Amino acid sequence: MSTALLIARREFSSYFRSWIGPALMAGTLLVDGLLFYWLNGLDQKRLSGEVLQQFFYNASGPTMIAAILLTIRVLAEERQTGTLILLNTSPVKDRDIVLGKFLAAYGVLALTTVLSVYMPAWLFVHGKVAIGHIVVGYVGLLLLGAALTAIGVFGSALASSQVVALVVSAVIAAVFVLLWMVAKATEPPLNQYLGALAVHHENFRPFMQGILQPSGVIFYLVFTYAFLFASVKVLEARRWQ
Amino acid sequence: MIEIQELYKYYGDQRAVGPLTTNIERGEIIGLLGLNGAGKTTTLRILACDLLPTSGSVKVAGVDVVERPDDVKAKVGYLPDRPPLYEEQTVSDYLTFAARLRGVPSNQTQKLVAEAVELTELGDVSKKIIGALSHGYKQRVGIAQAIVHAPELVVLDEPISGLDPVQIVEMRELVKNLKGDHTVVLSSHILSEISETCDRIMVINSGKIEWSGTESELSVALRQGSRIAITVRVAGASEAAALARASEIAQKVPGVSAVEPASSSEAGPGIAAISVRGEGDLRDALCRALVQADVGVLALGREQELESMFLELLGESGEGAPVRRKKKRRKEGDAVAEAAPATPTDGGAA
Repeated sequence: MSTALLIARREFSSYFRSWIGPALMAGTLLVDGLLFYWLNGLDQKRLSGEVLQQFFYNASGPTMIAAILLTIRVLAEERQTGTLILLNTSPVKDRDIVLGKFLAAYGVLALTTVLSVYMPAWLFVHGKVAIGHIVVGYVGLLLLGAALTAIGVFGSALASSQVVALVVSAVIAAVFVLLWMVAKATEPPLNQYLGALAVHHENFRPFMQGILQPSGVIFYLVFTYAFLFASVKVLEARRWQ
Repeated sequence: MIEIQELYKYYGDQRAVGPLTTNIERGEIIGLLGLNGAGKTTTLRILACDLLPTSGSVKVAGVDVVERPDDVKAKVGYLPDRPPLYEEQTVSDYLTFAARLRGVPSNQTQKLVAEAVELTELGDVSKKIIGALSHGYKQRVGIAQAIVHAPELVVLDEPISGLDPVQIVEMRELVKNLKGDHTVVLSSHILSEISETCDRIMVINSGKIEWSGTESELSVALRQGSRIAITVRVAGASEAAALARASEIAQKVPGVSAVEPASSSEAGPGIAAISVRGEGDLRDALCRALVQADVGVLALGREQELESMFLELLGESGEGAPVRRKKKRRKEGDAVAEAAPATPTDGGAA
């Protein structure tokens, strides 16, 4: 674990030694803010709870995109620049490499997500929303972000370049986001299984509404673990190439 | 220090290395010499545990690279052909990270980093961003990261590649300074780059060790039976007469097996050129015989330098010989001497 944290610290700081970290954070917050203003119709009379729900729905899109963009570099760039060999030839487990990369990207994403709290805070001050609703909504956003970050790490582990990593991660993410549409077009019980696997629709909706469902938390944790586990296996397999 | 037994590495159906068997003693500096694609980098990556062998056994300090890779990695420092540098970090931050990554305890990190910085003479740039350094300095940082955890074995893949002449001399000194504290295995495709640095040279071709020994042994082996080019001048004689006279004298020198006319780079009355083949180094005997017979010697030397003989050795090995070498031999045609019989490797356990 300490090795994973060592890798995570270096990776986290590298985001802020280039334009990537600040630019992605600023871009995500800007889009969050614009969506909050335009799509919530703040100039009209609406229930604060509805506005908050809409905020979490709106914020989930930029969060998912930011997670993919943050992670495409974590392993693919190291492979491109030849620095991955430093990690591979050090007494470091592949799981520490994957976990370290995940934690760094997720740290930036979580920081960005938390920085958007001024918008729910504004609603809290000027409207009538429960703190619990805000907390549960953020838990949902962070869990969704973790799942998409894990997909990004997996895509980056598979790819030899950042462009390929972006395409692979985006395709996997799109499949799991749009599974609810496939579920609607299928018969029971298949539609239930497919709907349950959708990374956003059914699993995220309760969090938006301020409902903390253990099944949703478990889904995101298992989803994240599965993709990180697959990333470790990809790295192991490459040594046997 | 290193025991390799029947090592094979395949990429799909393509054999990159094997069969390869060799032993390397503790404290040696070994040069792995071969053309691009000969299997040097794959062999070094297996030693560094970056790749796993398809079959065979590789042990570093008695530890198997497949069974206990993490233990091996702690004993090995590896510089790949492209130094693995995080260019946004400072030299000292990067070396600290590399040391911690290799399991150096935090209370010893600064001491070991300082030692690596001192050995590689990076003190002036230790606070600079790596991306702002010259190629030579980056290569030094690459070596520093390979030795920062005081490994028993240092593996350097083409450490001199791309350096200017001054940097090459400095790099040779740096590698020599590693001797004693570390066993060093380095690779190159240019003989002269490593001949001055290494205790022993292993010539690798098509994934196999073709030859193993010291530079002087390699020189003797390669130069056995090499041709000697001589340009002579016989005063008052025609070119044909000068050629006949020089050939007659050369034929009588003990050890000479064949004398042939050659094209001379010089023109003039009484000037002729011959090509002499024989056992061992016959240059002094031939020179003496010609001078004593009152034949002027304008030029005398081997037809090929050691470097080209080494390339010829690789070309003659047949299987997998790089196409560009074969093309070169065709171009040289008859003027190129036959490759000398190289001392065969003893299965690598030299």
